[in-house]
Amino acid sequence: MPTNALPAPEEMLRFLPEMLLVLFAIGLMVWEAFHDDPSERPGMPAVAIIAIGLAALATIFVGANPGLAFRRMLVVDGFTTFFRLLTLSVGALTVLTANPFLRKRHAESGEFYSLLLLSLVGQSLMAASNELMMVFLGIEISSISSYILAGYLRDNKFANEAALKYFLLGSFATGFLLYGIAWTYGLTGVTNLSDIAAVLGNPDIAPNAMMMGAAAAMILAGLCFKISAAPFQVWAPDVYQGSPSPVSAFLSAAPKAAAFATILRLFFTAFDPLADRWLPLLGAVALLTMIIGNCAALWQTDVKRILGYSSIANAGYVLVAVAAHSTLGISAVLFYLAVYSIMNFGAFAVVSLRDETDVKDFDGLARRNPGLAALMTVFLASLIGLPLTAGFFGKFYIFKSAIDAELYWLAGLGLLASAIAAYYYLRIIMAMYTKPAAEGSEPLPTPALSVQAVLWIGAAAVLGIGMFPSALLDWATKSSALLR
Amino acid sequence: MFLLFSILIPLAGFLACVTLFRRNASTAFQVALGTSGLSLLTTLALVPEVTQNPTRLASALDWNWISYPPIHFHLGVDGLSLWLIVATALLTLIAIGSASTYIGALPEERNPGVFLGWLLFLQAAITGVFAAQDLFLFYVFFELTLVPCLFLMGQWGTDQGGSTRTGAAVQFFLYTFAASILMLGGIIYVFLKSGTFDYRNILSQLAAGSLRFTPAEQAPLFLAFFLAFAVKTPLFPFHSWQANAYATSPTALTIVMAGMMGKLGTYGLLRFVLPLFPTAARAHVDMVSSLAILAILYGGLMAIVQPNLKRLLAYSSLSHLGFVVLGIFSFHQNGLDGASYQMVCHAITTGALFLMAGYLESRRQSSEIADFGGIATQAPWLSSAFLFVALASSGLPMLSNFVGEYLILQGAAYTGMPYAVAAAVGVILSAVYLLWAYQRTFLGKPSQGAAGEQRYLDLEPREVLLAAPLLALTLWLGIQSPPFLGPQSAVNAKILEQTKMNVEFRVNNDTPNETAVANAD
Repeated sequence: MPTNALPAPEEMLRFLPEMLLVLFAIGLMVWEAFHDDPSERPGMPAVAIIAIGLAALATIFVGANPGLAFRRMLVVDGFTTFFRLLTLSVGALTVLTANPFLRKRHAESGEFYSLLLLSLVGQSLMAASNELMMVFLGIEISSISSYILAGYLRDNKFANEAALKYFLLGSFATGFLLYGIAWTYGLTGVTNLSDIAAVLGNPDIAPNAMMMGAAAAMILAGLCFKISAAPFQVWAPDVYQGSPSPVSAFLSAAPKAAAFATILRLFFTAFDPLADRWLPLLGAVALLTMIIGNCAALWQTDVKRILGYSSIANAGYVLVAVAAHSTLGISAVLFYLAVYSIMNFGAFAVVSLRDETDVKDFDGLARRNPGLAALMTVFLASLIGLPLTAGFFGKFYIFKSAIDAELYWLAGLGLLASAIAAYYYLRIIMAMYTKPAAEGSEPLPTPALSVQAVLWIGAAAVLGIGMFPSALLDWATKSSALLR
Repeated sequence: MFLLFSILIPLAGFLACVTLFRRNASTAFQVALGTSGLSLLTTLALVPEVTQNPTRLASALDWNWISYPPIHFHLGVDGLSLWLIVATALLTLIAIGSASTYIGALPEERNPGVFLGWLLFLQAAITGVFAAQDLFLFYVFFELTLVPCLFLMGQWGTDQGGSTRTGAAVQFFLYTFAASILMLGGIIYVFLKSGTFDYRNILSQLAAGSLRFTPAEQAPLFLAFFLAFAVKTPLFPFHSWQANAYATSPTALTIVMAGMMGKLGTYGLLRFVLPLFPTAARAHVDMVSSLAILAILYGGLMAIVQPNLKRLLAYSSLSHLGFVVLGIFSFHQNGLDGASYQMVCHAITTGALFLMAGYLESRRQSSEIADFGGIATQAPWLSSAFLFVALASSGLPMLSNFVGEYLILQGAAYTGMPYAVAAAVGVILSAVYLLWAYQRTFLGKPSQGAAGEQRYLDLEPREVLLAAPLLALTLWLGIQSPPFLGPQSAVNAKILEQTKMNVEFRVNNDTPNETAVANAD
């Protein structure tokens, strides 16, 4: 019997955050089964928050002692910890936003929180995986829960459409991913990321570069779908528009961040020897994504669709930093993903307070609820990239890394594309501040306390990071240093 | 420290006005007037230190803001930026004063306090642009000036003819934002090459030869910076936002915007573009000078045919700032002196002209020239004041703009005679459009109002109080230029020396620079 048949305790510990999340997710479902009447189970969001909090604590705890686990299937390092904490925070914000949203629609159930926790498990795994099979498992756990969450309001036909589209296109993309994984295994004989890098880096046993490039391209295609990069971006606006707003907020932040973690991990370790082949491709994808996302958003009239296209464009900016292929670039990616999660989530949280999501519905919001309009303006200003907001530094670091890597064209066109983007964000701001409110509209009720907390924390973070970005950047730089 | 206060005091006023006194017009007005007046005093307190040694950074402070990349909160004022900072504070004070009846009439739910708050924010941002000694900080302030304009135009502007306030605000924002974002790319490149954002440090590296931008690098960098500043100035053909913006903006905003906003562009050209990219600036001199001439002539011709007084003044600004750009790109001490002097004078005269336009607008609820006429007999003080400023603006000797325009033409004549000749035509045009506008607005038969013949009130004491400092300065700057020009001239000489550009003349002329300066006075 091999000595390492049972994982060592510290290896189990490195899996603790996921285990906690799974336990709580199952617990929530079981608890719900015993309490039929919704009024008997008021504490579910609190339980979900506790689960996420415990998982975050566990993440910080195990992050202090980095290492591998389960025969090098998982890796816990600064990079993993960063993404685990990022997705968990997004999850916590989602719970706070979703609770009043669902309650208002009489649709609250333990199922929702349980699915959310499971989705977080998947994303947490994606960030920690050091093995192609684990990558696939993580993506599937995350995606399948996300598909159900997207269609959570089952009586809403748009939500159904969103879920179906997300599911069909998502499975298609996963097929690509799996096929690419199979090819990689066939060509190299290994699935561990460091082993793949070792095989590819050794000219004696390296497989045919053409075939290997095709395999990497298929994996990239599958992942590009998850981050909604062109030309696999078509689903994003439809899904974000149809899904319940808190879910859209979640989908646009957490799974995306985890998919970027996977891309970084995969392409900067396993496929790094092939860098000169996939880098130009990635640059082209980044450019296309920025241009398509920003230009298509110009014609939209629905705020959720605008934010959907904006999330495509933002994926493009992040890809620019990935294409820079440097430690500086990785830290820019991490910084931007954190910032983007906050500002985009904030904007979606404001949208989640409105029943209608047409731009017209925001007319005169500044008069009806000045505080809400001001918060929305902060998030949109950050998305535009105005100085003294977090989004500005995010873009600054991204384009700095691109110019540092001598990607002048990509940086120049990306900067111009982000200037185009100002138009559609400004439209929302102008609607709120300059248009008169619709006839007969009344002052809005103050949002629920939990949403207010999300909004104020988000705005404070956006402005705080916008003025003093050093702490977050230091953390991002530290987290990225271990990757290469 | 005075410099920091001149930014922080308006910011404090901004915070107070947008939160505590949002709905309380009279308290907000007092707070705004108080903070703005106080910041004017702090800027005046800078004068002695700067005039003593204009090329040294006065009231400098250098704080670490962000550790990596090393961005410093580095402020300082020298002879070039001193008068611009003072003028910013003065114009904001006058703009706020001019808004008293306007905000008094605003209903509570339109937040009169926020209106004043944004004006104070604009003052802080513009002052920051002139004071920033760190390229990154400069960019931050440069972009921040857009935010108050966006809200002031969008929320308190008026739709004028074909252009809506929202449309004009968005157009203005997008134009300037898109143009300046490429400059951010340029700034990053300069940083990666030099390892610092600190402007003085970069200049000393350039002077020491440890940092060099090859001509191939300079050309795109020059264009990135130039585009940002050319749109802000604006320079032909990037001016299309200007007339819409000025026509739809509330009067108080136009005073500051027309007075100071354009100078951000010309200041940037003089302060950053010339010393950083001298070779490329030289290489593009014909293009830039031609654009400046086009701006002068096109602006002048367009101003003649404008039916709207505010639009006329907007095109007049286009024309006058063309002079400034021409002066900067003459690469001659006189041209640079004239340009920097003209920046200040134009701020004062344009501010005064828009103030007068606001007075007219408040009397007639219109700024169409055809709606006016025959004011001179009913309101002689108002029309005399307008005529005085109009004459100053068109460059009458003894009044402020003459000095700047003369020096610019002299500088341009040294280095490119054809440009000087073409620009001189612009001086004539400015007399044509301003005097013709005066004739149509103030002379002739009184226009017909709803209740028969329109009556006009003369200047009220409050209005006199606001206009008087500007009129006095117009005269003072016209007859006593050395104390104002001296500090600017010293910095300009340094800029020319730094870039080693003060040697060649395209026209064969052996006048040494020192005597040229003396002659100019």
